[in-house]
Amino acid sequence: MTEMSGAECIVEALKREGVNTIFGVIGGATMTIYDVLMDSDIKHILTRHEQGAAHMADGFARASGKVGVCMATSGPGATNLVTGINTAYIDSSPIVAFTGQVNTPSTDSNSSYMIGRDAFQEADIIGITAPITKYNMQIMKTEEIPEVVKKAFYIASTHRPGPVLVDIPKNTQTNTAEVNFPEKVVIRGYNTHYKADPIQLKRAVDLFVEAERPMVLAGGGIIISNASQELTKLAELLMMPVATSLMGKGSIPENHPLSIGMVGMHGQEANKLILEADVLLAIGIRFSDRTTGNLDEFCPDARIIHADIDPAEINKNIHVDVPIVADAKESLQALYSELTSRLHKRDKSVWSKRIKEARDLLGSYSPPEKRSINPQRIISELRRIVPYNTIVTTGVGQQQMWAAQYFKTYLPRTFMSSGGLGTMGYGLPAAIGAKVAKPDVTVIDIDGDGSFRMTEQELACSVMEEIPVIAVILNNRTLGMVAQWQRLFFNRRLTEVDLGYIPNFTKLAEAYGAKGVQVESMKGFSDAVKRAMKSDVTTVIDVAISPEENVFPMIPAGKGLKDTLWGL
Amino acid sequence: MERSHIISFLVENKPGVLFNVSNMFRKRSFNIESITVGTIEQTDISRMTITVKGDNKTVDQIVKQLNKLIDVIDVSILDRANSVVREMVLVKVCTKSLEDRTEVIHYANIFRGNIIDVSPDSLIIEVTGDSNKIDAFIDLVRNCDLNEIARTGITALSRGPINNHD
Repeated sequence: MTEMSGAECIVEALKREGVNTIFGVIGGATMTIYDVLMDSDIKHILTRHEQGAAHMADGFARASGKVGVCMATSGPGATNLVTGINTAYIDSSPIVAFTGQVNTPSTDSNSSYMIGRDAFQEADIIGITAPITKYNMQIMKTEEIPEVVKKAFYIASTHRPGPVLVDIPKNTQTNTAEVNFPEKVVIRGYNTHYKADPIQLKRAVDLFVEAERPMVLAGGGIIISNASQELTKLAELLMMPVATSLMGKGSIPENHPLSIGMVGMHGQEANKLILEADVLLAIGIRFSDRTTGNLDEFCPDARIIHADIDPAEINKNIHVDVPIVADAKESLQALYSELTSRLHKRDKSVWSKRIKEARDLLGSYSPPEKRSINPQRIISELRRIVPYNTIVTTGVGQQQMWAAQYFKTYLPRTFMSSGGLGTMGYGLPAAIGAKVAKPDVTVIDIDGDGSFRMTEQELACSVMEEIPVIAVILNNRTLGMVAQWQRLFFNRRLTEVDLGYIPNFTKLAEAYGAKGVQVESMKGFSDAVKRAMKSDVTTVIDVAISPEENVFPMIPAGKGLKDTLWGL
Repeated sequence: MERSHIISFLVENKPGVLFNVSNMFRKRSFNIESITVGTIEQTDISRMTITVKGDNKTVDQIVKQLNKLIDVIDVSILDRANSVVREMVLVKVCTKSLEDRTEVIHYANIFRGNIIDVSPDSLIIEVTGDSNKIDAFIDLVRNCDLNEIARTGITALSRGPINNHD
C-alpha cells in the first residue's frame, strides 16, 4: 500500500500498463493529471481537437496491436471524443479513453461543481458512451483507480477488442488514498476464452473434405488475431481463394495467387467468384450490409462456416450452417491440423483454372486511360513507388473505395480505414497515430477533399509534434460519393455536394507549417511522393481529379451480389 | 413465430447496470414487455427477469447480447413448463354500495387475493399468480368502478435443484 494522489495513481497505472504515448487535449478537469504527467516518461501528444485524439489512439492501436490511449477534459472535451470512440467500437479497435469529470457528489462541500448539478463543463459521458463502448466506468473514490485502469486495459484488449472509457471526477484526482496496484483482475461476467466446439470443427472439416469450390471470406478478425499466416496456410492447403471485407484487407498478401480482393458494395472479381463457391469459410467477419449486399442473395448455394470470437455474431445477420465460436488464429490452426490428416486428393483443376482466370481479370482492372490523371491511376502509381510495408489510412467516400481497390496491401495492419462507422476525417489523425506506433514506416493518408477537411487541424499536431505523414488528397471539389449516388439514383439532381475551389490545399498546408504540393501530371505526382517520403515534415499532395469520376463496380443499395453494376 | 419468452439473468448489483441492460434493448430495437429486478442471496448480485415478445431468432440474439454485457454474469431462458412464474397486481376498486363491495370481495376470494386496504368507499386487493390469472382478475373487476392498477411484471425461477452460478 502506498499513499498517493489520484492523478499520481492514474499515471502510475498507465506506466504499469506499458503506455508510452497518450493523445489528448488538456482542460480544466484533467489539469491535475497533466501536472503529474509532465514529470513522467509518458509522451503526451497535444492534438487540436479531441476527435483527432481518439482517431490517433485508434490508428496507433490498429498499426501496433497495442491499446491506444486518449484523454480529454470534461464536458465538450469528452463529447468531442464520441465520433472517434464509436469509430473504434464498430471496427473493434482497442482504445482506452480517459475523461475528466466534475466532482463526485458530496454533502460536506458548499459547491455545486459536482455531478448531477449541471456544473460547468459537466456532461454525462458515461450515459452518452454506454452504447458505443465495450465498457465504461466512472471513478467514485481515489482508491478505485488502480483496479479500474487495470480492468479498462484488460477489457479493451482481450476477446473482441473495443474502446473502454474511464471517467475521472476532478476531486478523485486531487484526493490522496492508500492504494494497491493489482497484478490482474477477475471479472466474473466476462468470459474471454471460447474454445472451438470439436463437433462443429468436425462438421467444418467434413464440408471442406467434400468441397469442390471452397472459398474464404476474411474479415478484420484475422488482423486483430494476427492470424494472417494461418489463413494463408489453410488457403494453400485447400486451394481456396481468399476474398476479404474492407476490414480484412491485408489479411492475405494481395499479390498472393489465392488473393481475390474485396467483396461487397465496391467489390470486384470476388463478387462473382464468391457466388460460385460451394463451401464458404467466413472468418473474423460480421456480415456487414456493405459486405453482403441483400442477404437473400448472398451465396445462396454455398454451405457457410462462420468462425468468430463473438458468439453474438453467429446467426445475427446470416444463418450459417456451421458456427465456430473461437479466436480466428486458433480456429484456423485447429482446422489445418484436422484437415492435413483427412484431406484426400480431389481434382481441383477446374476450380484452380477459375481462380486463376478471376485473378487475371482482377489484374486487368486497368485505370481508365482517357484522362491523364485519374484516381485509379494515382493510387496504382502510389502502390508502385512506396515501400512494401507502407501503411495507408483513408478518409471515407470514393477515395476510400479506390484505395481499397487499387492500393494492393501486402501485410496485415497496413491498411486502416473506418469500415463500420464510415467516419469522414479518420484518415489524417489515424495516419498520425500509426506513425507514432511505427515511426520508421512510411504512412500515407489517401484522402478526399471533403473528408480531409473534417479533421485537417491535426496538420498542426503533426508539424508541432514532428510526426511526418503524407496526405494525398484526391480533390474533386465535391462530396463525391454522394454525388455519385445522385448521378446514379437521383436522376443526376446534384444538391449540396459542391465544395467549390476553396480552400487552396497548398496554402492550407503551408499555413500549418506543412509542405503543400499541387500536382497536375503523373510524373509530378510520383516526384512529389518521392520527395515527401524523404521529408521530415508532413506533406499534403493535392491532386485535382474529375468530379464526374465514379467508383465501379457497385452494388446498388438493397441489391445483391449478382446485381453488381460493372460500369456505366 | 412470435411468442412471449422469459429471460432470467444475474447481474452485478451496482449503479448503471439496469441502464446498460435497458440501453442494449433500446439500441438493438428489442422491446421489453416487463422487467423486474431484485438482489439475490448474495447481495452483490441482482436477478433481472425480463419478458420479451419475439421469434426464436430474436430471443437468441437478445440472450447473446445480454451475455456480451460485462456486468451480466449468467443468462438463461426459462422454459414455462419447468418454471414457477409469478406476477403480483394491486387493484384499487371503488365500492360505493354494499352490493359492489360484496361482489369484489367475492372475486378476491375466488382468486385467493388479499384485501390489504379498506376505506369507506374503496378497497385495495392484492392478487398473485401467473400472468393469465392476473389478466383474468383484472378483466373481472374491470366491470366495477375501477380506479387504479399496479402490476409488478413477471418474476420467475426454474424448478428443481439449485443452479450454482459461481
